Amino acid sequence: MKRSAQTFRGVLALGLATVLGAGALACTSSDPADEVNLMTHDSFELPQRLVEKFQDDTGLKLNIMRSGDAGQLSSVVSLTPGSPKGDAVYGIDNTFAARPIEAGALEPYTSPLAANGAADFAIENHVDQLTAVDRGDVCINVDDDWFDDKGVAAPTSMDDLTKPEYRDLTVLMDPATSSPGMSFLLATVGRYGNKARDYWRDLSGNGAQIVDGWEIAYNQVFSAGEGHGAKPIVVSYASSPAATPGTHAILDSCFAQIEYVGVLKGARNVDGAKKVVDFLLSPEVQAALPTAMYVYPVQKNVPLPADWRQRAPAPSWTVKMSPDYINAHREEWLTQWRETVGR
Amino acid sequence: MRFVRGAVLLVPLLFTAAVFAWPLGTLAVHAFGSGDAVSLTRAWEATGAWRLLGVTAAQAAGSAAAALVVAAPIVWLISTVRLPGTGLLRIVVTLPFVLPTVVVGVAFRALFDGPLGFLGASQGWTVIIAAHTFLNVAVVVRVVSAAWQRVDPRQVAAARTLGASRTRAFLGIVAPRLLPAAAAAFALIFLFCSTSYGVIVILGGGQARTLETEIYQQGIGYARLPEAVALSVLQIVMVLVALAVARLLGSARVPQAGVMTRARRPRGLAWIAVGAVLVWTAVWLVLPIVTLVVRSLRPGGHWGLAGYRMLTDDTYGTSATSSLWYSVTSALLATVIAVVVGLLGAAALTRGGGIVTRAGAALSLLPLGVSAVTLGFGYVLALSRLPYEVAASPLVVPCVQALIAIPVVIGVMVPAFEQVSPRLRDAAATLGAGPLRVFVTVDLRLTARSLSAAAAFAFVMAIGEFGATTFLARANTTTLPVLIGSLMGRPGADNYAAAMAASVLLVAVSAVVVATAELTAAARGEKKTDAHAD
Repeated sequence: MKRSAQTFRGVLALGLATVLGAGALACTSSDPADEVNLMTHDSFELPQRLVEKFQDDTGLKLNIMRSGDAGQLSSVVSLTPGSPKGDAVYGIDNTFAARPIEAGALEPYTSPLAANGAADFAIENHVDQLTAVDRGDVCINVDDDWFDDKGVAAPTSMDDLTKPEYRDLTVLMDPATSSPGMSFLLATVGRYGNKARDYWRDLSGNGAQIVDGWEIAYNQVFSAGEGHGAKPIVVSYASSPAATPGTHAILDSCFAQIEYVGVLKGARNVDGAKKVVDFLLSPEVQAALPTAMYVYPVQKNVPLPADWRQRAPAPSWTVKMSPDYINAHREEWLTQWRETVGR
Repeated sequence: MRFVRGAVLLVPLLFTAAVFAWPLGTLAVHAFGSGDAVSLTRAWEATGAWRLLGVTAAQAAGSAAAALVVAAPIVWLISTVRLPGTGLLRIVVTLPFVLPTVVVGVAFRALFDGPLGFLGASQGWTVIIAAHTFLNVAVVVRVVSAAWQRVDPRQVAAARTLGASRTRAFLGIVAPRLLPAAAAAFALIFLFCSTSYGVIVILGGGQARTLETEIYQQGIGYARLPEAVALSVLQIVMVLVALAVARLLGSARVPQAGVMTRARRPRGLAWIAVGAVLVWTAVWLVLPIVTLVVRSLRPGGHWGLAGYRMLTDDTYGTSATSSLWYSVTSALLATVIAVVVGLLGAAALTRGGGIVTRAGAALSLLPLGVSAVTLGFGYVLALSRLPYEVAASPLVVPCVQALIAIPVVIGVMVPAFEQVSPRLRDAAATLGAGPLRVFVTVDLRLTARSLSAAAAFAFVMAIGEFGATTFLARANTTTLPVLIGSLMGRPGADNYAAAMAASVLLVAVSAVVVATAELTAAARGEKKTDAHAD
């Protein structure tokens, strides 16, 4: 009996010691000038050797803070302008970029490296707020093997998906819950303008299946994915065929999802944040982007990996839309989409 | 003395105030203090809140009821049948809890698209409720079987001797004693499911909409904070009502006992029942996990270890091993905090301590029923007002994980403490034991099984937490669920296998921790049973 009382006290003491120990650790945090905190979305990856190279070159410790998906990241950054959690933010894309700009959460900066490509993707009227790093083009993907087996010609454009020969063959994502789903919606708006609603009506009337997100659509329902599903046509990225042989992307009507990096207003280490922006535009990082994150570099003269050149070239023409325009119409398009496809 | 006790029991209240009420209050002031704020009623109208409230409550209640039904045979088996391996069963039921919802979602899609395809329900409420059931069977099994084992077998024997049939003895003696535990389990599952997000979105195909999914849509999709907060207010009211109802149903006074039911070896026909229950358990709980293991070992349809290799090599900047280490240490710390605060809360609820303390302890159940998005926004705002050193403390994440685990500790321990006979406490006190010693040697010893279940739940909830803590990202710390989510978002067979392998790793580590808690409880609690047995 006595022993268990002692055990209990022991546990309490241990818990208290852990709590205090952790608290003490927190108090000895290092000088803000020695480190730089980069907020990113959850899918951020870079080879460790590049991170180490940055640290060797600058003498700064690079800390990565993964903060949810792109939507959550931009919401968090926009919520506390002037008192940010990190020094720089990477991963806000053109569908969400208007929010932190409007909130005044960013510190102007133009990288000297940006002239070599990144500047082409800069946001009109706000060129110094965010710097483009990479683009992931959302396109229709097709399972070639499936169409070969069936002896049917694969679709070659977005228009084809509403034709009777491709009835019940397409899987799409809900734009409200999926970011490639949103990009596809924007691609149709960019391509068809006012007639986009007619296209959705025809598409959904032609038996297109709609699921919540890319994970289910590509991994479960798509016939070339891990789940060996029933649909040979899926909304995915121009880069997906690099990882899935036997598929290709239709490049005629892609939406370019551009990902940006920015310096946060009120950052503890503004100089360090600017160095991070330069780092992400450096040739080494730009060349590593495809294999690390399945996206295309924005800087010029950056070679793509060999299998990408063969199977997953970047589209030469894409739908482009300003973040302000997207932000102003997002809710309206979503509502219209819901009404049109009957969800 | 009374003052000291009151002060100790205030701990849950203060903790909840600091980690829950303050961030939510900050968010509410921010959302409704700005120029473009709308009134509560307008926000409810604009978002169709009343319909969402009905759907949310209905699916949560349906899921909780389904979990009770599915769990009933397993509870019977664990509580009354002596078989080698029932301890293992107790561990297995807890494991689904730890899986990130995206993994559960994909697994159920695969199941209902593939082997169960004939049901024709690959998305929609049926699949959602099935997944909720799979996730929450553990709550019923652990909470109710612990209560069953505290039912005095001599009372059942007496009733049988007096001529009561087996059924009547069960209904008259056992059932009333299980009611508080069953009500507590129902309430906990209701809370879990009312804030369910990933399962609903993935398995509902985006068409199923609840308060929680709408809060996400308003808060993150449209950046409309006032609407998100208004919906959270409704969520809180619903949870308060649910808790009050559960408390009314569950607090029917029953005679307590200090003896434990002894499990018996099955004989004759009972073996058929036992076999049927084992198959039932395998279908609900083991099959999905086996599917996971198989998928982790078959990238691209060929057996291989590529998925596991990817986790240990440098393919990903932060390898899974470091994620695992961070996840485990953070979750263990959260478990310690949750168990200490939760025990104090449960003690306050069952042993008076003044109306304020009791209300506070009851309110510490609330966080489980509040949207992760709302809480997350609250943390972002509240922490931005603190000095950087405090906001960046490594304690923040475990505290938030603990906040969500505390309701479970309280929910599990309250019905357990209520079964402890006050006479035993009085006896110990008369013999000179101080309040702490009475608590440890009487209450904790008699409820060892429940305590181990509470600690196990606190751990699996903390390590699997994928909601509010994602708003609290700290430098260079990726939790395993975040890594899994990010792997799931990449194309290619190897990435998929790696996501499955990371999930298997998460399950395996949780199994070790839950087993440790279980063995500790067995060592402390069962000594008592054995002493009575012979």
